[in-house]
Amino acid sequence: MNLVTPDFGLLFWMVVIFGLVFFLLAKFGFPIITDMVDKRNAKIAQSLKDADEIEARMAAWKTEHAQMLEETRRQQSAMLREATETKARIVADAKEAAKAEADKILSDAKLQIAAEKEAALRDVRKEVALLSVQVAEKVLRHEMAKDGSQRALMDQLVEEAQDANIRS
Amino acid sequence: MILTLLISLLLMQISVGGAGNTLSSASLRDPVRANAPERVSPAPEEPTSSDEINIGEIIFEHIGDEYEWHITEWKGKAIAIPLPCIVMEDGVHVFTAHHAAQNGYTFNENGKLINATTGKRPIDLSITKNVLALMFSTFLLLFIVLWTARWYRKHDALEEAPSGLAACMEPLIMMVHEMARENIGERDYRKFSPYLCMAFLWILFNNFLGIMPFFPGGANLTGNIAITLVLALCTFFTVNLNGTKHYYKEIFAPDVPGFLKPIMPVIEVFSAFMKPVSLTIRLFANMLAGHIMILSMVCIIFIVAKYGPLMTGSMTVVSVLFGVFLDALECLVAFIQAYVFTMLSSIYIGLARVHEE
Repeated sequence: MNLVTPDFGLLFWMVVIFGLVFFLLAKFGFPIITDMVDKRNAKIAQSLKDADEIEARMAAWKTEHAQMLEETRRQQSAMLREATETKARIVADAKEAAKAEADKILSDAKLQIAAEKEAALRDVRKEVALLSVQVAEKVLRHEMAKDGSQRALMDQLVEEAQDANIRS
Repeated sequence: MILTLLISLLLMQISVGGAGNTLSSASLRDPVRANAPERVSPAPEEPTSSDEINIGEIIFEHIGDEYEWHITEWKGKAIAIPLPCIVMEDGVHVFTAHHAAQNGYTFNENGKLINATTGKRPIDLSITKNVLALMFSTFLLLFIVLWTARWYRKHDALEEAPSGLAACMEPLIMMVHEMARENIGERDYRKFSPYLCMAFLWILFNNFLGIMPFFPGGANLTGNIAITLVLALCTFFTVNLNGTKHYYKEIFAPDVPGFLKPIMPVIEVFSAFMKPVSLTIRLFANMLAGHIMILSMVCIIFIVAKYGPLMTGSMTVVSVLFGVFLDALECLVAFIQAYVFTMLSSIYIGLARVHEE
């Protein structure tokens, strides 16, 4: 039958055209596409693997991070406690030192004040003594101007000196 | 299998119907395929004004080959692309079918060119309807695949998703590529992947172009045994020229009990030659059956035309519905057959590439 007998002309053209196009596509068509897509598939697979790895590493980091955070927090509270203690101690020490210092200053000041007072008194006394000597001098000069009184004074002075000697 | 059963049933029906039912060409209007019923024989010596139309003849002309591409009829005049007849007999003769007689050639009962004086078939390399369809579809495929490859050349596929034609063709090509890897093995599937891609896409393209009822589709290429024979022979040679030592050992000296030793090589060699035959017949018969079924559905309208307008009207509805169903089925079959051919080819190649573990 006509349908099941292959026609030579069509056979010939089929071989020629199919062969030619297959040659062209096998060289310039399919390998380029499949290679590129294979490369992309490999890249996607690699990326997924990398992503998984990174995720695992991230999880590890996360636990590590949490641990570190916990550790830090503990250290922080310890440090805080220590700091509070130190602070209290320093404050107490400082208070004590300040008190001692203040006491010292106070006592020094007292001593100094006493010394100053003494010195001032001494000065005043000296001044008073000088003044009284000068006054006495002036009085004497005034008194000595008169003859009688010189004598009386001499007597009086001697008397007084005697009195002083006796008393002392 | 079911399809091949159907084809034989339909062929019987058509021959019965074709003998019994002849219709007036004036009453023929086809709702599904505009050019289907108006087709008459392309042979120029047959009068186109014939009032009697043979359904079987119509179908066989549709699924066969011809020396011009008849597209449709417009106001009683045939619109056809004249194609060159190329005949090799004492030199090369080139002419159109209409001028066959002037060049000393005529047509035999199958519509093939024969020498008018000797009655013998010359070497006929004519660009027939099927050859033109073959050129068209193959160069369309060439263009589409090269265009797709161009995208991959111009773009960095590692950074961009494919777009346009590349996005459309990539899944098909990669499907075959993956199939090749599964069936042939990681070791050397790359060598055979282009052939399988080519076979798959070529068959798919031509199956779909065959279903398309208008120009430039409609040629029954994959339902032509010459075409499927070439495809199957390609697979056959790919398999047997790339067979490994172990493949040939399994054929000629299989590891079987003594009394089977002389029988097994005979069976194995026979099976090696039956593989391309089964590939040829499977694709050919399935596609041919599909075409015949659709054409038969359309022709039902004309077979029942003589029973009056009510019968014709109702049967038209039935035949259109069945025609739509069969067209949808054919789209499925077009894909399945391309897939099956490629898958079997890859399995055969995989069997020939066995390596000792």
